[in-house]
Amino acid sequence: MVPPQHPRGCRSDDPPLPDSRNNAPAALVTTMPEHLDLAKLIFGRLTWEAIPFHEPILLATFLVVAAGGLALVGALTYFRVWGYLWHEWFTSIDHKKIGVMYVVLGIVMLLRGFADAIMMRLQQSISFGDSLGYLPPHHYDQIFTAHGVIMIFFVAMPLVTGLMNFVVPLQIGARDVAFPFLNNFSFWMTVGGAVLVMMSLFVGEFARTGWLAYPPLSGILQSPDVGVDYYIWGLQVAGLGTLLSGINLLVTIVKMRAPGMTMMKMPVFTWTALCTNVLIIAAFPVLTAVLALLALDRYAGFNFFTSDLGGNAMMYINLIWIWGHPEVYILILPAFGIFSEVVSTFCGKRLFGYASMVYATVVITVLSYLVWLHHFFTMGSGASVNSFFGITTMIISIPTGAKMFNWLFTMYHGRIRFEVPMLWTIGFMVTFVIGGMTGVLLAVPPADFSLHNSLFLIAHFHNVIIGGVLFGMMAGITYWFPKAFGYRLDPFWGKCSFWFWLVGFYVAFMPLYVLGLMGITRRMSHFEDASLQIWFQLAAFGALLIALGIGSFLIQLVVSFRRRESLRDTTGDPWDGRTLEWSTSSPPPAYNFAFTPVIHDNDAWWQMKSLQYQRPQQGFIPIHMPKNTAAGIIIAGLSTLFGFAMIWHMWLIAVVSFVATLVVAIGHTFNYKRDYYIPADVVVRTEAERSRLLASHG
Amino acid sequence: MSAHDNALDAHGHDHHGHDGHDGHAPSTFRGYMTGFVLAVILTAIPFWLVMAKVFDKSSTTALLVLACASVQIVVHMIYFLHMNARSEGGWTMLALIFTIVLVVIALTGSLWVMFHLDQNMMPMHDMKNLP
Amino acid sequence: MVETSLPYGSGDTGLPERTRAEALRFHELSEVHPQNGTLLGFWLYLMSDCLIFACLFAVYGVLGRRYAGGPTGAELFELPLVALNTTMLLLSSITYGFAVLEMQKDKVRTTLVWLGITGLLGATFIGIELHEFAQLVHEGAGPQRSAFLSSFFTLVGTHGTHVTVGIIWLITLMAQVGQHGLIPENKRRLMCLSMFWHFLDVVWIGVFTFVYLMGVLP
Repeated sequence: MVPPQHPRGCRSDDPPLPDSRNNAPAALVTTMPEHLDLAKLIFGRLTWEAIPFHEPILLATFLVVAAGGLALVGALTYFRVWGYLWHEWFTSIDHKKIGVMYVVLGIVMLLRGFADAIMMRLQQSISFGDSLGYLPPHHYDQIFTAHGVIMIFFVAMPLVTGLMNFVVPLQIGARDVAFPFLNNFSFWMTVGGAVLVMMSLFVGEFARTGWLAYPPLSGILQSPDVGVDYYIWGLQVAGLGTLLSGINLLVTIVKMRAPGMTMMKMPVFTWTALCTNVLIIAAFPVLTAVLALLALDRYAGFNFFTSDLGGNAMMYINLIWIWGHPEVYILILPAFGIFSEVVSTFCGKRLFGYASMVYATVVITVLSYLVWLHHFFTMGSGASVNSFFGITTMIISIPTGAKMFNWLFTMYHGRIRFEVPMLWTIGFMVTFVIGGMTGVLLAVPPADFSLHNSLFLIAHFHNVIIGGVLFGMMAGITYWFPKAFGYRLDPFWGKCSFWFWLVGFYVAFMPLYVLGLMGITRRMSHFEDASLQIWFQLAAFGALLIALGIGSFLIQLVVSFRRRESLRDTTGDPWDGRTLEWSTSSPPPAYNFAFTPVIHDNDAWWQMKSLQYQRPQQGFIPIHMPKNTAAGIIIAGLSTLFGFAMIWHMWLIAVVSFVATLVVAIGHTFNYKRDYYIPADVVVRTEAERSRLLASHG
Repeated sequence: MSAHDNALDAHGHDHHGHDGHDGHAPSTFRGYMTGFVLAVILTAIPFWLVMAKVFDKSSTTALLVLACASVQIVVHMIYFLHMNARSEGGWTMLALIFTIVLVVIALTGSLWVMFHLDQNMMPMHDMKNLP
Repeated sequence: MVETSLPYGSGDTGLPERTRAEALRFHELSEVHPQNGTLLGFWLYLMSDCLIFACLFAVYGVLGRRYAGGPTGAELFELPLVALNTTMLLLSSITYGFAVLEMQKDKVRTTLVWLGITGLLGATFIGIELHEFAQLVHEGAGPQRSAFLSSFFTLVGTHGTHVTVGIIWLITLMAQVGQHGLIPENKRRLMCLSMFWHFLDVVWIGVFTFVYLMGVLP
């Protein structure tokens, strides 16, 4: 075993690293000097060596980020918007604002995660034979780890959570979620996790273990530096936020549906949100537990996943995938829901096979717990175990196939309008089917023995995640953007973004399928065989096209803002939608609905429109709403500080911040005055304004 | 109507007094005592079986101990947690059943998988005494 | 045209469109309060907690016989002490039940008394457990010794941490009931803590069965 390199950020006078064979806990051996060293107590193992002064790429990145950050802070201060941001956004418990903030977080982190991707593609396209590329393995390993962690936890999850947060209460006719304060807190915990991961770029380093941090590589002996600790604490902080959000949305859907909306009259997106949140509640505890066990191994010398004293690293892999497989369904089910909404809206038809869609979603939810071993067929569990999980994996593809047919049948004989969300949907339908088929191929254990951890696997999961989750999020963002901001996104740049993404995806990942079938392993920063280079160069070009797709999306945001008057949505229903959210103004008032709607049918808004329902214009009453609060951001901030302190062994700060978190949280429970009433005349004015806007339209 | 806070005062239909809220049946002294007595019995038996080494075969003891534990969990669910199919419109029962199913899958699945992994991949000698 | 509060129509067959529009009401005119979701939400949180414990039990199940040449459960566990601890916890469950009974009768003082007794019993449980842990560490059977001991300390320790959190919560609630009385919000919180407390007793059944009793059997 290669001895661990001198880790950046550790003091050079530390005693040698402990051998797990002796009984002394690792933490005690490294932090028990003769006298109490105050600097050590406060700063732990954080020293100036943690800052990457000697790594030009990181230094340059830091300078750019710092400059950009300062510019942003300067602009915000100059335009005096801090108060506005604090009162209207950061302390808001309005699900719509929180949803928007989640999506913003996801998009910002997409830029970071994609930067990692570009760096990897570049390295892999040039590093052959004598050329070692520009990234040493030490750095490359952190990049692919960060890429995976960021894309899953800080791009896909926030985008999914954000859209569910924004849309579900509107779709079920509610004013907010069941626990508005908890919602705010969950958001800031996710931000806290993202902050920790981003900090690892400039203070210390990140894990070099891959996005799931398998032991023994992630154990204290092989990764004694702060990288895996950043990973653990970033995910624990964010994971708690996600779990609470899952409980929140599930209770919302169960308890807060408008009168008349039975379960089988809910919009399909709400159904998929329901199942997604069930998965979140049922899966994230496993992640919490496993990461805690890894932390105990690292911090206190426990022996869960060590190579000796009885530990068993495979138990980590077993447990983490019991979480990991439901996690990918958490990502895809909301995307399926979005596609269902988009297809029925833009084909002008009720969704085909509503009941079978619901059953398929529920079946997927349950089955997702029976397939996890397919992520480690090659680890030696034997024929009986492998065949069981291989079969269950193949079975789980069936309900998704059923959904695909339902979408197709909805389109059949429909009047299809090729607006941008519909383009993303059609792109999804083709791309996801291919990805799904390669998944079924991988589900065959003998095939997987050749393809496991090859580039074929990489191509497969990017195929389904990009083709499914990302395309779904783009469709959803485009679809609901007018609802959130009052104007549509510019269609031209939307189409540019779509086509760059679609073509870019195929150019980037089809070569990876070829390489995988040739036997090339994942996570390599250097290759000897120069004949492979052309494939990697193709893939890099594909990544460039995707970069243009992301660029087009950013341009779209700017252009749409500048052209917002010509793109204005005055009716609240720019797409001739079918579900309740389209009955509100764009953006909806804080209270969503002046009167709670009553439901009689699926596609409630469509029914209202076809029966020429006129919205009430008088008789408004005061509306009961929750108050904003700073407790969420404060508690999350303290938790993040606690995480940082634990990473750097700053025990004093860790204890203080932990206690402070508890005190503030308990203090918050002493606040019983958490709501207020919006006066009737405010409602009158808001609704009158909407009537005026509706009258001005056409 | 001016802003007023309403968490402190009775909120619409919540002000029931002691007939329980949200449709929960009230707890009774009898209910709790029945549960308590059953729990004591179901705790005493397994402890006695193990401490007094009543059976020669440890598998018999194990089985009986497990059975007592299972029954006692049900007793706790019914008498202390007031588990029933009606609370929250059946959602608490559904959540419980779903959780139990997942717990069973996670436990049996892990044991099954890890057993096979160890059997196929571990070195030949007995792990119990390996330092 | 303004919708007035006409009654629901059956919605479906035979009626011409305009009559249907008049028959169907599409909004409620008075304030609609959704049902409070706190108890369901807390139950769901308990289900997630159940899964955390399930993971720890699974780890204990897989690693629980891996003694690494060190002490076994049979050598370490003192069943009489465990029986005492179990009694403490079970008693605390019934005393919390009595607190709930008093709460239902809106009796603030007696509720607080029973809550206090529950807290004391819980604290005793934790005290005994900490003593047991200290003893084991002193004997060289700390959590670093083997995978079995790591799993033992983590599973039992996590349960103990939950009980400790419950005690802190209990003290907080006693203060809040003392301050505001048995208002609906406080009753809801007491019911949540009740679920939490009983749930921990259920987990303890699993612990004393799988860890202690089965751990002693050969």
